Amino acid sequence: MRVFSSRKFPGKLIIVEGIDGSGKSTQLSLLSQWLRSRGFGVVFSEWNSSPLVRKTTRRGKRKDMFTPTTFSLLHATDFADRIERQILPPLRAGSIVCADRYAYTAFARDTARGVSRRWVRNLYRFAVRPSLPFYFRLPLEVALGRILGGRDALKHYEAGMDLRLSRDLEESFRLFQGRIIDEYEVMIDEFGFQVIDATRSIEEQQTQIRAIVEQELKLKEANGLLKSPWKGSINGAGNAPDVL
Amino acid sequence: MALETPLTFYEDGLAGVDVAALCGRLIVIEGPDGVGRTTQIQLLRTWLEHSGHAVLDSAMARSALVGKTIRQAKQGNTLGPLTLSLFYATDIADRLENEIIPALRAGFVVLTDRYIFSSMARARARGSDPAWIRQVFGFALRPHAIYYLRASVQDLLPRVVYARGGFDYWESGMDVRLGKDLYESFARYQARVIRALDSMAKRYQFEVIDASRPAEAVFQDLKKRIGKLLRGGKKPARGTSRPQRLAALSR
Repeated sequence: MRVFSSRKFPGKLIIVEGIDGSGKSTQLSLLSQWLRSRGFGVVFSEWNSSPLVRKTTRRGKRKDMFTPTTFSLLHATDFADRIERQILPPLRAGSIVCADRYAYTAFARDTARGVSRRWVRNLYRFAVRPSLPFYFRLPLEVALGRILGGRDALKHYEAGMDLRLSRDLEESFRLFQGRIIDEYEVMIDEFGFQVIDATRSIEEQQTQIRAIVEQELKLKEANGLLKSPWKGSINGAGNAPDVL
Repeated sequence: MALETPLTFYEDGLAGVDVAALCGRLIVIEGPDGVGRTTQIQLLRTWLEHSGHAVLDSAMARSALVGKTIRQAKQGNTLGPLTLSLFYATDIADRLENEIIPALRAGFVVLTDRYIFSSMARARARGSDPAWIRQVFGFALRPHAIYYLRASVQDLLPRVVYARGGFDYWESGMDVRLGKDLYESFARYQARVIRALDSMAKRYQFEVIDASRPAEAVFQDLKKRIGKLLRGGKKPARGTSRPQRLAALSR
């Protein structure tokens, strides 16, 4: 079965995946700052952030209204809105789009909730295949240690409490996130994830990520990738993107 | 005519939903905008209740989860075709799990004003991949009967103008701009929707009802067919306990 649209774009799509507490957002934020400082056009897109859908998702969570299928569909709706408005247009213009979580999050979570693996992969078939998918691999116990130390600790749906795996929040989180890790592990080969060892120091991880991105951009730079017109030339004439 | 009992899903069904105990009847009224579905549902509901059936009617964009959100999103100018299709999918999934299936479990006759087919037809009219959209909506229950109220664009035009006082932005497909103005876009968009519904008729076993006739004639036609369905007349259902219970209900 074909997963993702095969359309090609002058831009680059970099995404990060991993369980809660794996440090992926921190790494993506450091990466995008670096890319901007080098003059690339960078657009950021976060999971669950569509202005049309986000509030409804929040209300559904607060009032415990979701079933596995509607949870999956509403997140796909949010994603579709971001693909149509935030992700595709900048990619066509030659920007780098950095996405904190992507369709893989749905593949892992929804399947862990019992939704058909095949159905959810089809659901996201309109998505663009990322140029660089990074997976932050972290043992469950380490993630749990990081999260329990945090501000708002464990949330109902993140802990999979809707599945009634256990009445104990921490135990439910352990079971549910364990299932999610299993799903991610299967996807490493299926989707060619770049695996980052998330137990290493923040600096070490960032160095490794930048090296991988650098490699990828080198292949692409002459090929329509958008660069700031104020970098490298005085009037910007040499940098007009050829896609426009 | 009557599809199989017990009910099944089209493809990969709703996760964790047990369909074994659904003893009601799921009846779908489909058709393009302005064809008179809502009128027929009202007439049918009254008739069915007089005959002693408990009836639930359910319509698009009325789910507790996203009904209001869809209406709000349609007021803005940023709603894209993929997002719209998935909103509708969420809406029907929420109504299936929280209204329709519980009613079927309780032995109701569920009348739905449109089902997945209008959403699929609209998606196709907006250029979506038919295989993708069919699999997305594959979670839906296969109804006992799907009555497709069929009419041409020419039949719809006077109803839209006289009964509703004009053209609706979304019913005219103005988001995809198929014509210079509302009239032109409505005609082209509805023609696409009708073509898409026609193309589904065979795969999904629609019963096609000529809706160019007056509402009363359409009602009599529907009554005859639904009466037969509820008596379990035309096709003997598998299993015995459920159909008997239904037959008892309709007597």
